[in-house]
Order: sequence, then structure tokens, then C-alpha cells
Amino acid sequence: MSVQTAGGAATGRAGKRSSFSLRRQPGFTTIAIICFLLLYAPIITLVVYSFNAGKHISIWEGFSLQWYVSAWHNEAVQDAALRSLILASLASFFSTLLATMAALGTTRTRPFRGLTAIYAMINQPLMVPEIVTAVALLILFAIIKVATGIQGMVYLVVAHTAFCIPFAYLPIRARLEGMDLTLERAAADLYATPWMTFRRVTLPLLWPGILAGAMLAFVISLDDVVITEFVKSAGQETLPTYMLGQLRRIITPEINAISTALLAISMLIVSLFFLISRKRA
Amino acid sequence: MASVALDNPEARDAIERERRREVQRKWLLCAPALFVLFCAASGPLLIVLVYSFLEAGEYTGVVWRFSGEAWTNVVLQRDIFDGTISIADAHVSILWRSVRLAFLTTLVTLVFGFPTAYFIATRPPSSRNIWLFLITIPFWTNLLIRTFAILELIRNEGFVNTGLMALGLIDEPIQMLYSDFAILVGMAYVYLPLMVLPLYASMERLDFRLVEAAYDLYATPFRVLRRVIVPLAKPGIVAGSILVFIPALGAFVTPRVLGGGKKMMLGNLIELQYGAGRNWPLGAALSITLLAIVMVALIVYVRTVQRGEEART
Repeated sequence: MSVQTAGGAATGRAGKRSSFSLRRQPGFTTIAIICFLLLYAPIITLVVYSFNAGKHISIWEGFSLQWYVSAWHNEAVQDAALRSLILASLASFFSTLLATMAALGTTRTRPFRGLTAIYAMINQPLMVPEIVTAVALLILFAIIKVATGIQGMVYLVVAHTAFCIPFAYLPIRARLEGMDLTLERAAADLYATPWMTFRRVTLPLLWPGILAGAMLAFVISLDDVVITEFVKSAGQETLPTYMLGQLRRIITPEINAISTALLAISMLIVSLFFLISRKRA
Repeated sequence: MASVALDNPEARDAIERERRREVQRKWLLCAPALFVLFCAASGPLLIVLVYSFLEAGEYTGVVWRFSGEAWTNVVLQRDIFDGTISIADAHVSILWRSVRLAFLTTLVTLVFGFPTAYFIATRPPSSRNIWLFLITIPFWTNLLIRTFAILELIRNEGFVNTGLMALGLIDEPIQMLYSDFAILVGMAYVYLPLMVLPLYASMERLDFRLVEAAYDLYATPFRVLRRVIVPLAKPGIVAGSILVFIPALGAFVTPRVLGGGKKMMLGNLIELQYGAGRNWPLGAALSITLLAIVMVALIVYVRTVQRGEEART
């Protein structure tokens, strides 16, 4: 009743002031709209100029796909793109595997000693500035390289797997926390072995979480610049480090074309991620 | 009666054993992830700490001899010719720029992010997700690409300058690139989603009956904002500020691209020690310095959150 009276008072005031609303703050909508425009204007400009016929990134000379063609035929780009995709796939696979096990180990149990320490350890890559981790890995891998002589992609894969773990872990854990043990107990009552229960009950239910985690890990690995830049050996460029190197030269819309392609991949995966996590709700 | 008394400890033992076995299983499941994280995330930080107390090698790497030189060099410098010690102006100014720009970035993202988060939180529930999605998309796209998009806009031949010249507002391009301003714009742009998301989370469940009560007591909209909405959104403000401040302080890509090596931040100074500078212990000491500042910020954050929870209960 009192709520209704208050509502009546608000409507009464609306008569005096034009369109009074409880929720409105003066100027907030304008700032928000400006904010959204500013957020997308640079990206849209970048994408538009990737289709520029001329070789400038700010003078429009007509529509053309020539920069996509030239990026496609650029061997350095091909090489970096392939390495980026392989690295992101491997890092996403391993980090999701480890994160799934860790999520099963940290949820649906009474708190035990050390659980907080495990959380802290898993989230640690999110807290420490990337540049510090990058320096630390540079030093560690330099020692290992001198001691063992092992070269190759393995260092990049290990580094990427480590910092992707928290990103893969979060959606899997969220999914597990929404699942109670009823179905697993029912399976056990029907004489299913623990492994069979896991494969036939837990895993299918957990699958959307795992898929979401793998996608996030893939995007995070694909986008990484700092750690890759420090860990890579000569000739191990990924797309982002290749682009960083190119910025010292005269920039042509070829960079825009590569950026647009990377943006498209990231946005596609993130949209899929949202669709999958929405299904849960 | 006796048998029950005898049974109970046994039963308790069995439960206790089962419980211990479960904890063991949980640890085993976590072990591989913890191992990788220890090898490639936490463990290496200890090596950095050790390296910061070693002597720099002549060309690269270190000499395994204890030295406090690197730590002194963080803020002091020794003159190569007469050996006098003075404040290292270059390092101090870079440290100061990092802290100042990180702080300003937090402020700018807060000024823009707060109304935006409020706007999203006051949309009808059905369209909220779409607005939220629009904020999240840039967050998941490549940071380098977003920085690069800003570079294209504000460079001398960029969209902003050519646009202003076409309008006749300026005669020659304004040099915006390679300045503190450029770094600030870039960082505010790339870190904005990190401010909006926690702010939205704290405003999503805002109790508008309190706002209504304030209006009934003849509060002006500004007073409602200051006395009701801001205090209620405080956890989000603190969380967002921390989430922006930490990566901004350790930023490497944005100052490298938009500062162009002229305007360095702490991250670039650290990189220099592993590239052209070739002073690994100094780079290690600077990294630990950065880490220490971040840890202090995190502790302040945790304290604030705890105090907030205590105040509520």
C-alpha cells in the first residue's frame, strides 16, 4: 500500500517535471551512449580501412580486397598465423584438461585444509602483471635452454598453458557448482563404477562448461603479446608479435586486414561462448 | 550398550578414513594444474627475486655473486667517471609516470564507466544482456589490435587530425602520438570494460526503493547519486579501480605502441634491461618493485572489502 502511495507521489512529480523517472540520473544516458560510440569507433575505423584500395590507413581510395590478398600471400604472415593457431589449440587443450581436473578437485566437497591455497595458486596468473611473469619465464627458460639444449615450441606451449588455466577453470567451476551430486549417487546406487559414473553422468553434464573454458583459453592464448614476446626464440613469431614488430615500419592496410581477421575469429568464439553459457540459465 | 559404545569409534574411524581418502583424491585431481602453475607461473617469480641480488654479466645474463647493486640502481645511479651517487632521474620519472598514468587511467575509466554501468543496470532485464555483451566483446578482443586502432586514429595523418583539418579547425596536425596523453587515451580505452563489469555487478541489484525514499525526502537527483547510489555501488567502484589500476601500472604494449619508446612506463623499462640495456638483475629488481606495488594495492582492496562486509553485518 505504502509502495503504491510512493509511486503515486512519483507520478505526481512527473507532472511538474517532464518525464521524471526514479532511475534517471541527468546526463548519464548521454555519457553512456558516448561511451559505447567511443568503444566501437576505433575498431570500426580499423576494419573499414582494411578494405581501402589505397596504401594509406586514413585516406579512403575506394573498396578493395587487395590487402587481404597480400596478407594471405605473405609468407611471414602465413607462418605466424599457423604458429598462433597451433599454439592456441595446444594451450587450450592442455589448460582445459588440467583446469577440468582442478575444478573437479575443488568443488562439491566440504572445505579442506589447503583449499584456499589452491584457489590462490590457480588465480595467481590473473594477479601478477604479465610483464613480471614474462621476465620470470625468460630467465627460467634461458637457464633450461643452456642446461638441456632443448629448443622449439615446447616453452611457448608450457607458458601459454599456465596462464590459460585460470580462464579455463572459471566457467568449468561455475558449471560444476550448479550441479548437485544426486545423479552421480543414483548411478552409484545402480552399481556403476566411479569411472563409468564420470563418463556417462558427470562428463555429459559438465560438457558445456568445458567447451566454454576451452574457448576462453583459446582466445586468451591467441591474443597474448607480452609473454610470447619474451619467451619466443628467434623465428617463432605469432601473429600478435609479428604485428608488434611491423609497427616500427611504415604501416599499410595489410596490418588492418590481419587485425580484422583476428578480430573476427575472437568475436566469433566469444559469441559462441556466450550462447553456450546462456544455455545453462 | 557396550557394543554400541564399541561400534561408534569404529564407525567414526571409517568415516574419518573415507573423508581423508576423499581429500587425497581432491588433491590428486588438482596436482597436475598446480604443478604446471608452479613451474611456469609462481616458481619463476622466486628466480626473479634471486636474480635481483646478483651481479650483472658483462654482455648478458648474470654472474653468480651476491650484490645489492641492482636494488640501489632502481632509484639511484653511480656516475661512470667519478663514482658519485645521485638519484636516477630517468628511473624515478618513469616510476612516477607509471603510477600517475595508472591512477589517471583509473579515474578516467571511472568517470566514463560509472554512468555506463548505471545505464546498463537500469535497462529492462531483457535488453541488459545485449548492452553487457557490447561491453564484453572489446574486452575479449586483442589488446594490441585495440591499441593499434587508437594509434590509427590519433596519429598525425590519422582520422582525428585529418578530420579537424578538413573542418578548418586546425591548420596543421596536432602531435598527439608519443606523449603521455596518447598513453592515457589508449589505456583508458583498452581497460574501460574492466571498470564497467564490476560496477555493473554491484548496481545490478541496486534497491531502488532506497532511491525512491530519498526522492520522497526531497533529495535532488545529484544528492541521490552522492548519498544513495555511490555508497551502494562502492564495492564495484573499489573492485573496478583495482582491476584497472593493476594492469595499467604494469602496462607494456600500450605505452610501447603509443609512447613509441620516448615515453616509457615501468613495463618498458623492465623490457629494456633484457634487450638493449642488458642488465638482468636491474630488470629483476624492477619487476619485484612492480609486483610489490601490485600486492600493496591488492591488500588494500581485500581490507576494504572486509571492512565493507563487517559494516554490513
